[in-house]
Amino acid sequence: MKSWNNRAWLLVLPVLVLVAFSAVIPLMTVVNYSVQDSFGNNEFFWVGTEWFQEVLASERFHNALLRNLLFSGIVLAIEIPLGIAIALCMPTRGIGVSFCLVLMALPLLIPWNVVGTIWQIFGRVDIGLLGHWLNAAGVEFNYTSDVTDAWITIVLMDVWHWTSLVVLLCYSALVAIPEAYYQAARIDGAGRWSIFRAIQLPRMKRVLIIAVLLRFMDSFMIYTEPFVLTGGGPGNATTFLSIDLVQMAVGQFDIGPAAAMSLIYFLIILALSWVFYTVMTRDDEQAQEGQR
Amino acid sequence: MNAPGRHTVPWRYIVPVLYIAFLLLPLYWLLNTSFKTNQEILSSFTLWPADFTLDNYRHILTDPSWYSGYINSTLYVVMNTAIALAVALPAAYAFSRYRFLGDKHLFFWLLSNRMAPPAVFVLPFFQLYSAFGLIDTHIAVALAHCLFNVPLAVWILEGFMSGIPREIDETAYIDGYSFGRFFALIFMPLIRSGIGIAAFFCFMFSWVELLIARTLTVTEAKPIAAIMTRTVSASGLDWGVLTAAGVLTIIPGALVIYFVRHHIARGFALGRV
Repeated sequence: MKSWNNRAWLLVLPVLVLVAFSAVIPLMTVVNYSVQDSFGNNEFFWVGTEWFQEVLASERFHNALLRNLLFSGIVLAIEIPLGIAIALCMPTRGIGVSFCLVLMALPLLIPWNVVGTIWQIFGRVDIGLLGHWLNAAGVEFNYTSDVTDAWITIVLMDVWHWTSLVVLLCYSALVAIPEAYYQAARIDGAGRWSIFRAIQLPRMKRVLIIAVLLRFMDSFMIYTEPFVLTGGGPGNATTFLSIDLVQMAVGQFDIGPAAAMSLIYFLIILALSWVFYTVMTRDDEQAQEGQR
Repeated sequence: MNAPGRHTVPWRYIVPVLYIAFLLLPLYWLLNTSFKTNQEILSSFTLWPADFTLDNYRHILTDPSWYSGYINSTLYVVMNTAIALAVALPAAYAFSRYRFLGDKHLFFWLLSNRMAPPAVFVLPFFQLYSAFGLIDTHIAVALAHCLFNVPLAVWILEGFMSGIPREIDETAYIDGYSFGRFFALIFMPLIRSGIGIAAFFCFMFSWVELLIARTLTVTEAKPIAAIMTRTVSASGLDWGVLTAAGVLTIIPGALVIYFVRHHIARGFALGRV
């Protein structure tokens, strides 16, 4: 058991001070703006929850939120199964391992705007390999003018960018399974599918929860890649919450609504993450009790 | 692959091979485009550079407004990693060893900052750092990136530290080690791979972030990523230089992966990223 010691607060203090400076103060500023209106000249007056009502009722917010949810749903549905499949097929020893790991980790380390640039150059009809080939093959493809094409390109880009994270997480869980488990399964005459269901999937459960959590949060906050690739277009077809928010706050300087929207956006992520976090730590506690 | 004593390569390896091919295809296209002249990029469609040129790279490496971007990015990324690790180490120790008033709430609150959308913080960050006169300095970006890197470092390190038996701490204290000496001489070497992994992830998330870094800098500390977006909008579409700059931003990441490649899998397993 961990010992009870309130002096441990001293060790946490530097983190608290730093995070207070970089998170609490800015967040308080946002809260402050979200309940006030301004005529400029630094004159502010109290408007209560007016901005929140306005944002929650606006179609612009609903549409951006729906786009975000749809996008997160699609990328999770593709990346999680694909990541598991690739991890299952990876070599477990030999030089192939390092080779796979290094190459697969590569997209994770590319600055996000460069990811956008890479897919822009890859997908463009005039100078891009993908766009050029598809059109040469007789498929009408132009991600700058067609909504479906824009979505396909963005989803493909996200799969390209982040599936490796799921693969690496699942792979690390798979190589940690002791060989004895497989031997026992073979003695019992278990097939490929029952080994997956009874041994591999349960051992991957923990990392899968983490993978879903990280992928959900990051896809829900996506900004840079679609901003570079499509700029939110064609029309507003790929304007996600972040893009809309930055446009509102920095572009149009509608600080009040932007602040209210920020808080709503943050609360949605916070609530969903809390659900994930509880599920994850509950599993930890169960695992620890099981070991005792 | 030619493993001794193994004559057949399992058919299932085709899946990772296809996946890697899919990963490399757009990267190849980026590399290919960066060796072409703008005229070739726009006028003809070629699978490899017909008129191989290094001019795009020469342009970047000789123009201070381009290469200073790389120096700026490296500076704030290194600062951020150092700050994040320095504050996260003691905190992670506290979380892994002790129970204290409000510990669980504090841990979740820290994590919630990792989940905060950067877009929410753009405007308040700008005003906060303006108030302190820190706009356009490297330290401003380094501090701002702590928002998501400190929680992550605490999270990873706590996982590694919990894997070290508590008896080690107790024995050291009985032997008369002070907390500081024990931590630096015994404990940190034990979790060095954890520190490496945490540093790797801090580096990675700070290196790839654009929105906050761009907002907090004007000219002096402008990261390379922001210089790239500016060029796209301002001087038309200089695809050759843009792709060359893209290739150069990938290199530091590739080097870092190479050094931690043996820890990637283990790191993911132990530190619960």
